[in-house]
Amino acid sequence: MQRYSIFSLLRNALSYHEGWERAWRAPELKPAYDVVIIGAGGHGLACAYYLARDHGITNVAVLERGWLGGGNTGRNTTTIRSNYLRDESIKFFDASVQLYEELSRELNINIMFSQRSQVDVIQTWPKLRDLRRRSMASELQGADYRLISTEEVYRRIPILADLQRSRLPVIGGAVQERAGVARHDAIAWGYARQADAAGVEIHQNTEVTGIARSPRGEVTGVETNRGAVRAGKVAIVVAGNTTQVAAMAELRLPIQSYNLQAFVSEPIKPVVHVQVNCPDAGMYVSQSDKGELLAGGAIDQASSFRQTPRYSVLEDAVTALIEMFPIFRRVKLMRQWGGTIEFAYDASPIISKTPVPGLYVSCGWWGGFKAIPIGGRTLAYTVARDEPHPLNAPYSLQRFDRLNFLMEPGTVTNR
Amino acid sequence: MHLVPCPWCGERHESEFAYAGEKKSPRPLDAGSLADDVWIDYVIGRANPRGVTREKWWHVRGCGLMFSIERDTRSHEFVAGSAEAPR
Ligand SMILES: Cc1cc2nc3c(=O)[nH]c(=O)nc-3n(C[C@H](O)[C@H](O)[C@H](O)COP(=O)(O)OP(=O)(O)OC[C@H]3O[C@@H](n4cnc5c(N)ncnc54)[C@H](O)[C@@H]3O)c2cc1C
Ligand SMILES: [Zn+2]
Repeated sequence: MQRYSIFSLLRNALSYHEGWERAWRAPELKPAYDVVIIGAGGHGLACAYYLARDHGITNVAVLERGWLGGGNTGRNTTTIRSNYLRDESIKFFDASVQLYEELSRELNINIMFSQRSQVDVIQTWPKLRDLRRRSMASELQGADYRLISTEEVYRRIPILADLQRSRLPVIGGAVQERAGVARHDAIAWGYARQADAAGVEIHQNTEVTGIARSPRGEVTGVETNRGAVRAGKVAIVVAGNTTQVAAMAELRLPIQSYNLQAFVSEPIKPVVHVQVNCPDAGMYVSQSDKGELLAGGAIDQASSFRQTPRYSVLEDAVTALIEMFPIFRRVKLMRQWGGTIEFAYDASPIISKTPVPGLYVSCGWWGGFKAIPIGGRTLAYTVARDEPHPLNAPYSLQRFDRLNFLMEPGTVTNR
Repeated sequence: MHLVPCPWCGERHESEFAYAGEKKSPRPLDAGSLADDVWIDYVIGRANPRGVTREKWWHVRGCGLMFSIERDTRSHEFVAGSAEAPR
């Protein structure tokens, strides 16, 4: 594999960048593998990488119905943070933040991880109580999430509207300084390139249409639009489509799919230096290195596989953006898009083996970009050893057998 | 789809309504005697279909009626004439 560095960049500049090696191969689909991973998003590709790195399992195929990274991994707003509520979740997501800190070096690709901090702007007392509780939970786990004063909010976000005489004035804030953003494509490409170099095969335009099982019920492989593929272990990592793919093995999961959208503006001079989250207004925004404002709002209220924006929801998010930042009034939006995310019944993810022997699942991701490194690593562990890693043991499917919920209230813009 | 057809008020803006989840079969009266997996599936199981599904919608900022209606999860379009109000 060609290493990426300043020198390879200079060397390739001399040949007008026409000599770069392909980042991953496009091999023939074989009839059998040890492990098949359905879905080449961040989680599926990271799982493939850690199967090879940590467990020496390289006879692996990642099957992707579209193009690599074209699902939610390529559609998200890349907030990476660990200010969750439950002890198990804070530990899990904090481990992910730590892996992100090392990831550029580990994958030899610049993921542009920018730990610029996230500031929550609080405008209601219930939200203040909620985030105070979260900050206390974080403190117990050693994660750096804490409340700040209104003055401190304005010091960190000078262009925030003066709302002190409005219906919902700013009454405080919260900050996680290690929170940040990263380049979404680089995560998918980085894991794909390293997994490929370790021997994993990535097959795009390969849609799984069925899951094959023995008379005793064990998984024996998958059906695809390009023919049958045998495998003793199959992992479902398909973001919003888990219900449909799990149904191929008669597995019913407590999952519901929703449409989440985001939008990006034309580039402007740097004006917001942190990620701003306004849970009471229902909007969050950060500014990319190129200068674009990247913002999102709430999910569509009813379950959905639409994967495109809806005007009424976009309008709500834009209204909130202008209310919090009147200075953006005349900024033009360039693009908006949607993605299908999922919520499990208790809003915590599921990374688990299933009642079907040989079948594994990673799903229930509504904010799963931040979890890609640790999610991939713990899923790989679970697939390789047929038992959970201590960090994903709380996210097993069996928790529902006794209705032992791991309630994780509140997404970024929860309303 | 920005309009929801309320059986009482007719088509009203979506922001007046709250989605109240998939329409499930009626709650079993004898929950205590059900097998665990049947009860658990009743409580947390979801069909989550990609396509037409029957759901509950609540006209909370309008007449207050809770009704069921069919909607396509791919397009968000309501199926005309499918609304059923409780009698
Ligand atoms: C608008 C938006 C904003 C978001 N913002 C954030 C954020 O700020 N921070 C954060 O942490 N998370 C965020 N998320 C969530 C995050 O994007 C996802 O949780 C995460 O990317 C999921 O990764 P994945 O690998 O599981 O899924 P994906 O990247 O969606 O990959 C799944 C893949 O499976 C493929 N697939 C599906 N069915 C089949 C089949 N039958 N056969 C073969 N392949 C199949 C799909 O084509 C897809 O490529 C956001 C999501 C959206 C939509
Ligand atoms: Zn009504």
